[in-house]
Amino acid sequence: MDEQEIIREFLIESHENLARLDQEMVELEKRPQDGELLASIFRTIHTIKGTCGFLGFTRLEAVAHLTENILNQLRNGERVLTPALATLILEAVDAIKQMLERIERTGSEGEEGYDELRRRLEAAWRGEPVQTTASVEGARELRPKPSQPRGQGGRKRRGKGARDAEPQAIEQAGPTPSLGTPQGLQAAATGSAAPSREADEPSREMPPGPPAEGEPAGRLSRAADAGEIAAEAESAHRGPSVADTTIRVDVGLLDKLMNLVGELVLARNQILQYSARQEDAAFNATSQRLNLITTQLQEGVMKTRMQPIRTVWNKLPRMVRDLAASCGKQIQLEMEGAETELDRSIIEAIKDPLTHIVRNACDHGLETPEERVRAGKPPVGRLSLRAYHEGGQVNIEISDDGRGIDPERIKAKAIQKGLLRPDQAERMSERELMNLLFLPGFSTAERVTNISGRGVGLDVVKTNIEKIGGVVDLSSRVGEGTTVRIKIPLTLAIIPGLVIASGGERFVIPQVSLLELIRLEGEAGRRQIEWIHGTPVYRRRGALLPIAYLNQVLGLKTDENAEALNIVVLQAEDRQFGLVVDAISDTQEIVVKPLGKQLKGLNGYAGATIMGDGRVALILDVLGIGQLAGVITETREQGLGEVEQVEAASQQKQTYLLFSAGSFRRLAVPLALVARLEEFPQSKIERAGGRMVVQYRGRILPLVSLTALLDPAAEDLASGQDPAQAIVFSDGERSVGLLVDQILDIVEEAVEIKAQQERPGLLGSAVIGGKVTDIVDLRAVLERADPAWLRAGTDMRRSGVTVLLADGSSFWRGMARCRLEMAGHRVLEAGHLEEALEKLKRSRVDVVAVALDLPGGAAGLVEEIRRQPALAGVPVLALTSAAQDAPVAQETFADCQARFDQEAVLSSIERLAAAVARAESRPITIAG
Amino acid sequence: MVADPRSDTGGNSRSRQYATFFVDGFFFGIEVLKVQEVLRYQEMTRVPLAPTVVEGLINLRGQIVTALDVRRRLGLRPRPEGMLPMSMVVRTADGAVSLLVDEIGDVLEVDQEYFERPPENLQGVARDLIRGVYKLRDRLLLVLDTERTAEVVHGHGEAGCPA
Repeated sequence: MDEQEIIREFLIESHENLARLDQEMVELEKRPQDGELLASIFRTIHTIKGTCGFLGFTRLEAVAHLTENILNQLRNGERVLTPALATLILEAVDAIKQMLERIERTGSEGEEGYDELRRRLEAAWRGEPVQTTASVEGARELRPKPSQPRGQGGRKRRGKGARDAEPQAIEQAGPTPSLGTPQGLQAAATGSAAPSREADEPSREMPPGPPAEGEPAGRLSRAADAGEIAAEAESAHRGPSVADTTIRVDVGLLDKLMNLVGELVLARNQILQYSARQEDAAFNATSQRLNLITTQLQEGVMKTRMQPIRTVWNKLPRMVRDLAASCGKQIQLEMEGAETELDRSIIEAIKDPLTHIVRNACDHGLETPEERVRAGKPPVGRLSLRAYHEGGQVNIEISDDGRGIDPERIKAKAIQKGLLRPDQAERMSERELMNLLFLPGFSTAERVTNISGRGVGLDVVKTNIEKIGGVVDLSSRVGEGTTVRIKIPLTLAIIPGLVIASGGERFVIPQVSLLELIRLEGEAGRRQIEWIHGTPVYRRRGALLPIAYLNQVLGLKTDENAEALNIVVLQAEDRQFGLVVDAISDTQEIVVKPLGKQLKGLNGYAGATIMGDGRVALILDVLGIGQLAGVITETREQGLGEVEQVEAASQQKQTYLLFSAGSFRRLAVPLALVARLEEFPQSKIERAGGRMVVQYRGRILPLVSLTALLDPAAEDLASGQDPAQAIVFSDGERSVGLLVDQILDIVEEAVEIKAQQERPGLLGSAVIGGKVTDIVDLRAVLERADPAWLRAGTDMRRSGVTVLLADGSSFWRGMARCRLEMAGHRVLEAGHLEEALEKLKRSRVDVVAVALDLPGGAAGLVEEIRRQPALAGVPVLALTSAAQDAPVAQETFADCQARFDQEAVLSSIERLAAAVARAESRPITIAG
Repeated sequence: MVADPRSDTGGNSRSRQYATFFVDGFFFGIEVLKVQEVLRYQEMTRVPLAPTVVEGLINLRGQIVTALDVRRRLGLRPRPEGMLPMSMVVRTADGAVSLLVDEIGDVLEVDQEYFERPPENLQGVARDLIRGVYKLRDRLLLVLDTERTAEVVHGHGEAGCPA
């Protein structure tokens, strides 16, 4: 299969290129200086040479090589194209064509060595007078010489292909001409080196003439002829040659056709909808016909984009062979369903995941022969690939009969890595444990080999498969083997979908996720939804099915008067849930269109489509809806949640002030930065210089509305509210009041920032008090709110100290920076060791504050600072994540503070800077 | 994205053409070449959970286009009840986007000589979106950056935000 496929490709490509080449050569004679033409010709010959070398067609390679040499001279301007030379090159091209035809007919390049042609090509290359066929015809000298043994590379390779568990390869390797004669077989057995270059004997046969004189060569040649005749007879009922039945089509064109067909399907849907309301029989008949044709056209165009999965599997036998050899294993690869077709975009997408899974199976799954024999298995491991269609999807199974995966080991590893607590691990099913393997950074391999086991990979496999709407699942039995199942859609562009309505809007649910529809009539039906602690469930054939109301999930209005309850039972990954919708209309073929980038961040939608009435409907992303509704919590997320919790627990707690502003229902700032909370009656708020201000403790306090800053589009409640709620921040002399809607709470909690925020004014999001909360970036807010503050800050910076803040956590960096800059210091940030060293090199730094858990190592940074004379006097402050880490060697660090205590960090930095300044008797002003 | 209005004043021509429109009494202009077409308001499909700036999705000859409310985008007052906006479809790097505006004006050819960068005291979101001002005889023409206007920062406060 593999070899045949490659050869076929090679032939198609070469035929096309050569057809063009004839024309180009003629052109070239007219314009011998045309560099582009020459380059194109050169490329064609070069490609043929390269490919046939790879395929083992040594004779063809030799001729192409010599031709290429001459073309190269022409290309480099070392010689000029004479008519004689052009004829010679064309002769060579003809020879190449003959050989290609022979390959196509018989699968081998044949007997002909073209020695004489090669000799002339070589002579021409050396600069001797060019001899064309016509010029040598008369002066032909015949000297017996054994011709080259047949080029056997191709056959040999095919033989190996056959060993690689590909039965049809044996069959295809059959009709080679030489097998009929002992010589041929012998030649096949001995193999062959490349034909010698100094073959100067004219044993050419190009215009059908007498075969070369040499004894063995003659016999071989005749044998080959006989074989060829047989092969030719066979090819007669194999149909026309590949060049005649295939054309190459630009993929872009196919994509465009696919899009057009999509449009046609939409138009068809519209017409069908219209025709349903029409009485006109002729019109209805025509639209039915249009319907049929469209469907067929759609299938046809989709087929043009289909490729057999074989195109991906092709390289696996070789890979498995090499892997087996390098790990000292014996592996038998079996493939079933290689003809299963998939859309080419999907083929592209599964290439890497598939390769990865196979590598894993060879490296970790299958055992060495000794181990296998010990376990009572045959020494040869079996790896089988299976592909088949099922319900509009393609299933691919990769299974091995190796050692399997021990759930206990996964459990232990997960606990060791802090992904799970032991009690959690105990509660997990075997299947859930297996799915942990798909978490990033998870590898149970005891040793990392150059093949796999670095813990990168399975998560990427999962991500890639899911990206194309597929599902991957792993099952394993200890001692018996592992099976990875991949389910992927056939195509991405046109899918069947169920049209439903909810809250007055229309949505489409992809059919693949649909399991069944349940209708509960009237009040009695409504009562069949039962509630557990506010969570609706439905008893479906005895099992509890979690229920979500789509209009609630999407925040749409609820239809209270519905006489029946429609439940769409959906499957996302391996979870099931029921989605209550207002109405179910019908199923349709829909064309998936992507959403604009403005909507890319939304979880609940897979895209949009245009319905029969021309309006747009959103396609629901079942997994996303399930997650939004809280009926699906992904294992992956659970796992990650655990990591964060474990990390959070090890951190010191900090007190936060929670408040709301505009559409931001939950915002937080560290309480340590807050000076006071105040209420100002609206009557006291005045405007000065276009800004809101209030007289406050004998000073003018500028007021800033947080809503207006963060979300200018939203209605500003805060500035209209009476009395206005203000959070006052102060850095000694300067204060600013931040107007918010409502002060919510003060909580003490250990916080790890989870999501970085793009929006200016927010540092990121974190879970505080069990809810997602945005942390306000005070520095940015104040910067935008009160430029005077910043200008003042700039003034102070000149006298303040410059601090290098090296901390892997951008959250803590942001916090510390905020406090330090408010105090008038200049802050350089570094997220890891290299960055810190880089910043030290470039800027003068007064004090370094380094987190002990700095990526790259805090110790390395201190070492570097101590090593450089220029930095010798710079004090280094250690920042710990928890107070108990405090005992740090005094000689290493000048001081040590917990990083959550920004006031202590600030005063420590100022103290250290002042000490340095005193030592250098340099005046330093500390503001605040 | 064109941040600097001077960078794309285009060769030696001293004047440029703008498609103009009104939003909440302000007079805006978009380079005429960026405008694909102008449409009457049509019914659109709401997108639940989307940022409020997103008014909905429209079918523009088989292409699905997001419609953005320019009033909300610029932080202006909401459109009065019953007022139907016009849709100005602009080309962006990410495909067509429909901008919903109050009223469509003429295509104006204005001289570069009257151009000025936005004044320093222009604050907030308008500062990001307005590339400059043409001082016309009777009014100011505010030049809108289409790419930036079409960018929607995913709002928090709306459900479906990443946790």
